[in-house]
Amino acid sequence: MTADVRDIPLSTTGERQAVVGDVGAVPGQDWVIVTRGITRDYDMGGEVVHALRGVDLAVRRNEYVAIMGPSGSGKSTLMNLVGCLDTPTSGEYWLNGSLVSDMKDDALARVRNREIGFVFQTFNLLPRATALHNVELPLVYAGVGSAERKKRAVEALERVQLKDRMDHRPNELSGGQRQRVAIARALVNRPAILLADEPTGNLDSATSEEIMRVFEELANAGQTVIMVTHESDIASHARRVVVLRDGRISSDERREKFVQKLEK
Amino acid sequence: MSVVEAVRLALAQIRVQKLKSFFTLLGVTIGVMFLIAVVSIVQGMSNYVENNFAAKFLGVNTGTLRQFPDFQAGNVTEAQWRAWQRRPKITIQDADAVRDALPAGARWAVDDMRWINVTSKYTNGGPQVLGHASTPQIFTIKDLKVVEGRAFSEEEETLGLPVAVIGQEVQQFYFPNIDPIGRELKVGGLPFRVIGVLDKQGTVFGLPLDRVVYAPLSSPMQRYTGARIALAGVTVQAANSSQMDELTETVREVMRKRHKLHPSQEDDFVVETSASALGAWESIKKFLVFAGLVLPAIGLVVGAIVIMNIMLVAVAERTREIGIRKSLGARRRDIMAQFLVEAATLSTVGALVGIGLGFGLSALIKNLTPLPSSVAAWSIAVAIGLGAGVGILAGIYPASRASRLDPIVALRAE
Repeated sequence: MTADVRDIPLSTTGERQAVVGDVGAVPGQDWVIVTRGITRDYDMGGEVVHALRGVDLAVRRNEYVAIMGPSGSGKSTLMNLVGCLDTPTSGEYWLNGSLVSDMKDDALARVRNREIGFVFQTFNLLPRATALHNVELPLVYAGVGSAERKKRAVEALERVQLKDRMDHRPNELSGGQRQRVAIARALVNRPAILLADEPTGNLDSATSEEIMRVFEELANAGQTVIMVTHESDIASHARRVVVLRDGRISSDERREKFVQKLEK
Repeated sequence: MSVVEAVRLALAQIRVQKLKSFFTLLGVTIGVMFLIAVVSIVQGMSNYVENNFAAKFLGVNTGTLRQFPDFQAGNVTEAQWRAWQRRPKITIQDADAVRDALPAGARWAVDDMRWINVTSKYTNGGPQVLGHASTPQIFTIKDLKVVEGRAFSEEEETLGLPVAVIGQEVQQFYFPNIDPIGRELKVGGLPFRVIGVLDKQGTVFGLPLDRVVYAPLSSPMQRYTGARIALAGVTVQAANSSQMDELTETVREVMRKRHKLHPSQEDDFVVETSASALGAWESIKKFLVFAGLVLPAIGLVVGAIVIMNIMLVAVAERTREIGIRKSLGARRRDIMAQFLVEAATLSTVGALVGIGLGFGLSALIKNLTPLPSSVAAWSIAVAIGLGAGVGILAGIYPASRASRLDPIVALRAE
C-alpha cells in the first residue's frame, strides 16, 4: 500500500510523472502531511462557494514544497487548512500522524502550537513586544517556564542571526529583520512544518533573496517547509511545486522539471 | 499563559495609554474612594461611640433608671411618645428605694440636670451651662476627675450646701485667668461657691461636656432642675460587668413593686445601660452603612460599564493580536484569561488609587469636620476584592468575544 513519489514508474519519455495526490501515503512515519479528498465550502450569503473541491496532498518529512496558483485557486484556503486554522468541510487531514480534520478548537490550538510554525506576509509580530518576547510567545502557550523560554528564544534568534537585536521592537527593525524574527518565532517550538504564506510579499527583491536563503538553510537542515506564493521565482527555490487551479491540484512537480519549464 | 504574564501585559497597556486608562478607572476609583471614606466615617463614629460616648456619657458598667429611653434608634411614633409621657415620673423616693435595694459593691447616684444661665463678677455674660443636681458618687460612676480643688462630700450633700464643681469651659468663660476655687458663681441668680474644677472632657457629638456645673442634689440646684418633681435619672453602677444584669434586674424589681405592676404589665420605666445605648447605635450604624454604600455602588456600576466598553474597544483594536496569538497556539481560555486579567488588573489599579484617595478623604474629613473618621482594615480588603470582581464581571463579555474570534478573520484584521 505504501506509495512514494519515487515508486511511481517513469513514463516512456523517461520523465517522472506528475504526482497528483499521494493517495497511498500512510499518515505518520515518513509522511508529515496527508490529505485525502479535502473540500472546503463557504456559504457566501446563501450561495455556496467551493474553495477546495477535493485535494489529495502528501508531504514527506524534510520536503520543501511551494504551493502556487492564481488568486481564487484555493491556495489560501488550503494553507489555512494545512495550518489548522480551519477545518475541512469533508475529507481527512493527517498531520504528523494525527487526524486533525476532526479536531475541535482547543485541540487545533495545541496542534498549531506544537506542530506548525507560521511565517506570514505581514510578519504578524506583536508591535509592542520586543523581538525576544515575540519569539517566546509560542513557548508561553506551550507552558514552558520563563528561564527555559528565554534560553530557547535566544537560540532561535541566534539561528536567524538576530541575537544582537533581540531587545528591539518590530518598529525598530527592518522588513528583513522582522521576517527573520517571525521565522525564529515559527521555529522556536520545533514544529513539524514551517508554513510560510507569501513570506516575501512585503519585501524588496534583495531582502527576499536573503529570506529565501534562510529557508534554504532550514530545508537543508531537515526542516519541512511549505510555502504559499504566487511568484514563480520565489517558488523556484522549493524542491517541489504544487499548483492549484479551481480548488484542485492541477500539477505537482519536482523541482528539476519545474525549473526546466520556467526556463522555456 | 500565566497570570503574572497577563498582569504584566495589562499594566503595560495602562502605561501606554495613560489618559484613556485614567478615564476608564475613574468610576471604580471614585466608587472605592467613597466606599473607603464612608466606611471610615462610620467606623470612626463607631470607635468614638464605643470608646468615648459610652464611657463618658454613660459610664462603665452603669445603668440609668429613666421614665423613658434617652437613646432610641429610629423614629418614635407619636402614640409611643404620648404613652411615655403618661408614665409615672422617677422621683427622689424611687432613688431612695433603689439605693436601699442595691447589692453589695454597687454604687448609685442621682443625676438631674437642666440648662441654666450662670453669671460671675469677672465677666459679662457667657454661655448657658448644664447644671447637674447630683449625689457625690456621680464623680466616681462617671469617672469625673477633679483636677483643681475637690468634689463635694456626703456631708455637703446632706446639708445641701451651695457648692459647685465646674467644667473647664465654665472656668474659661466665667473665671478668665482667675483661680476659681473659693469664688462665687451665680447659678440662675443664686450664689454657689466653686470648690473644684473638672478635668477636660471634650465633646460628644458636639455636645460640650466641659460646660457643666455639678452641685449637691439637696442644694438649691434642685430648684432649677426640678428634682423634687422628677429626676432625669438614677444611675447605678455594678462592681464589675458580670454583675450588671443582676443589678439592672434588682432595679427593675424595686420599680415594678413601687409602681405596683401586675406580672402581665410591661415596665413603665426603663433601665438604660451602655449596652442598650450601643444597641441603638448599632442600628443607626447599619442604616448609615447601607445609605453610605449606595454612592460607591453607583460608582462601581458606572465603572463596570466603562470598563466593559473599553475592553470591547480593546478587543476590536487588538483583533489582529488575538489572531496572531491564536495562530501561535493560544486556546480560547488563554485569550479569555488574558482579557479577564487585563480587565481585573485595570479595575484593581483603579481600586488601589481609590483606596489612596479614600485615605486622603478620610484624613480631610477628620481634620476639617467634627466627624471622627478612621479607615477600617476590612474596607481595604473589600475594596480590592470589589475592584478585581468588578473588572472580572465587566470583562467576561468582551473576553468571551475575543476568545471566540475566528483566527483567520482575526489575522486579516487591520
